[in-house]
Amino acid sequence: MIKDIKRYFPILNQEVNGYPLIYLDSAATSQKPIQVIEAMKKYYEFDNSNVHRGVHTLGNRATDAYEGAREKVRNFINAKSMKEIIFTRGTTTSINTVASGYGRQNLKEGDEIVISIMEHHANLIPWQQLAKEKGAILNYIEPEADGTLSLEKVRATITPNTKIVSIAMASNVMGTINPIKEITKIAHENGAIMVVDAAQGAPHLKIDVQDLDCDFLAFSGHKMCGPTGIGVLYGKQTLLENMEPVEFGGEMIDFVGLHDSTWKELPWKFEGGTPIIASAVGLGAAIDFLNEIGLENIEAHEHKLAAYALDQLETIDGLTIYGPRDANKRCGLVTFNLDDVHPHDVATVLDMNGIAIRAGHHCAQPLMKWLKVTATARASFYMYNDEADIDALVTGLRSAKEYFNDVF
Amino acid sequence: MSFNKNLDQLYRSVIMDHYKNPRNKGSLEEDSVTIDMNNPTCGDRIHLTLKVEAGIVKDAKFDGEGCSISMSSASMMTQIIKGKKIEEALELADIFSKMMLGEEFDVDKYDLGDVEALQGVAKFPARIKCATLAWKAMEKGVKEGE
Repeated sequence: MIKDIKRYFPILNQEVNGYPLIYLDSAATSQKPIQVIEAMKKYYEFDNSNVHRGVHTLGNRATDAYEGAREKVRNFINAKSMKEIIFTRGTTTSINTVASGYGRQNLKEGDEIVISIMEHHANLIPWQQLAKEKGAILNYIEPEADGTLSLEKVRATITPNTKIVSIAMASNVMGTINPIKEITKIAHENGAIMVVDAAQGAPHLKIDVQDLDCDFLAFSGHKMCGPTGIGVLYGKQTLLENMEPVEFGGEMIDFVGLHDSTWKELPWKFEGGTPIIASAVGLGAAIDFLNEIGLENIEAHEHKLAAYALDQLETIDGLTIYGPRDANKRCGLVTFNLDDVHPHDVATVLDMNGIAIRAGHHCAQPLMKWLKVTATARASFYMYNDEADIDALVTGLRSAKEYFNDVF
Repeated sequence: MSFNKNLDQLYRSVIMDHYKNPRNKGSLEEDSVTIDMNNPTCGDRIHLTLKVEAGIVKDAKFDGEGCSISMSSASMMTQIIKGKKIEEALELADIFSKMMLGEEFDVDKYDLGDVEALQGVAKFPARIKCATLAWKAMEKGVKEGE
């Protein structure tokens, strides 16, 4: 399956530092298929105009393209209504919108917010700052030794005082896929709302917001074959209706007076200013592309690659892998460290051989502390990666180890 | 898989020697200026202590965590600034910055010694911040110690 898929990604067909590019950094941002690039090109060449205003034909085409993309997103995550789909700049903006919009309005001193230690800074700092502002208490669920979340600890951390629970669908460091549906149930039993950071989920796992029953869900276009600068905030309609806008300006208003204004209906009241039209069109094309391949196929392919990568990486002496050993409990990424070689040096050596990986703290400093490391190396996979890419990674790592241990 | 010349330029043996056998590792006790600095994009961190007396850097020690480039650069930096006047230390920091940016500098003014080995870093833009961390900490420190 997913045969010859690389041909849809023009960027992969190049040499880097004299070697064929092997891109293993899709968890940072994915590459874009020609379909997405063409859709945005076509939009700019034929349809570009501002949306929801003007009577002219291009304005209508642009509006149709923008709202058409919204319908594709709605269908992609099985939301009930397009009113529940808000376009944002990305996951970070989406989560900040919930923290500022819902959080500021609904939290009071002593209320509790629950997140986990494995959260990306984007799903940590907005809550930390909200807690500071409101005098609320931020509690953390500690992962198990294997990098998974246990429902016992989830139950022990969420209390009737908890008002907001916010958890990543998948960890960007350990790859752990978290039991979102079960955590949502526990949150609701305690009267809290459930926010899902799906930045590492949406590109790889089939999402059904009605089945999950989560209250908010955030993700980014650029990690799922779409362009940068576009993201999604899903929210249940009743919650969004009761939420005040976070940004004010054009596009989001109904009537504007000198001393008061009223807002457009959902979802537009949260989309102040000229929206990110071309990127929304690109995201729509990305969703078409993902649907054509099938999320189930992508997920199966990544589980297979993760299993292969874990097996192969384990054959390297002195290599430590972080996160669950069971490939079925993780998405397609593997984070590791090589004894005595700093991850930056690993990344530079691999880069000189055309292999792109990420090194650093992965925007998860509290997790790094919990793992007792300052930095790690991460190889992340997508539909366009195959076993040969992992073989090249393993060969590169062996060479890096030799280079640093034996040459000097 | 082979390694090209660029990589060998980046990881010269003198750099790896400083990485594996860092000079001036540790922390000065009394009357010292302390600077903690980190590189937020990658997590490298340095704890630098300097003893500055009568406008001269009498002693310097560092501790920290980071890649071979950042730690070897710290080791070399502490080595070269010991015994230097404050203005000389600052000038060396300036020279080092120019070296990283690939700009011209007066090559004859100071004997850069081991520091010269870091020249290859200039060809790796992603690694320049690794190399300059210790020098930035030193600049801040000697200014405080003045």
